[in-house]
Amino acid sequence: MKQTTKLSTISRRHALAMLGAAGAAVLTGVPAYADGAAVAAKIKGLTGGKSVGEGAITLDLPEIAENGNAVKVAFSIDSPMTADNYVKAVHVMADGNPTPDVASFNFTPAMGACSASTRMRLAKTQNIVVLAEMNDGSFKQAQATVKVTIGGCGG
Amino acid sequence: MAKIKPRVKVPKSAAAGDIVEIKALISHPMHTGRAKDKKGNKIPRKIINKFVASFEGQDVFTANFEPAVSANPYIAFPFKASKSGAFTFTWVEDGGAEYTASKKMTVA
Repeated sequence: MKQTTKLSTISRRHALAMLGAAGAAVLTGVPAYADGAAVAAKIKGLTGGKSVGEGAITLDLPEIAENGNAVKVAFSIDSPMTADNYVKAVHVMADGNPTPDVASFNFTPAMGACSASTRMRLAKTQNIVVLAEMNDGSFKQAQATVKVTIGGCGG
Repeated sequence: MAKIKPRVKVPKSAAAGDIVEIKALISHPMHTGRAKDKKGNKIPRKIINKFVASFEGQDVFTANFEPAVSANPYIAFPFKASKSGAFTFTWVEDGGAEYTASKKMTVA
């Protein structure tokens, strides 16, 4: 199930759910989960406020994950991976986990291609954001939503 | 606790210029620091926070893991075969413990 994503549109239901979650967090004073804002802040921190481009990133994520304990996350990025044009780092973030970070990867031209695959935990249905940093200092991102049936954060 | 054991899959041989896939997995519970045991005590955070793959002494790929990475962290990545040599894989656990594995690849 390959999904090539553009900035996915947030459904009305999803938006309402997010508002609800934000409201609950304000009421209890404890933000139980990261949210879109945490991911946006994280991206801003990584990019230093630079604009982030789209495209070149192919995500391979399930649309529905039955078990949030191990959700496959894979990506590949079109890049010649030569000494003067390569992908330096890729950051994977999720906006519905207790913390937004999932993993980050550092690539080198010796790899000849830019892709990676791993498995992550997802607490609930949420958006996965992949941010790629090129060697020239530019950034690209892609995003996809994964529906989670059973959350994967234990406790 | 289950023994922490790394497993790596590297093709034994490859043609020069081929891009091969390397798969690495280590058995590790990846305690997030949020789960509780049966008595209700928090299990302290203990995860593999870093994975480094090096070829002939030079780092080629690094992954930093956060608690959101699943138990028994698995990682697959490409590598362009150019010469014969040995890979060394290192996993770093919270607290500084390291686990290593190495594999040779012959390039024809």
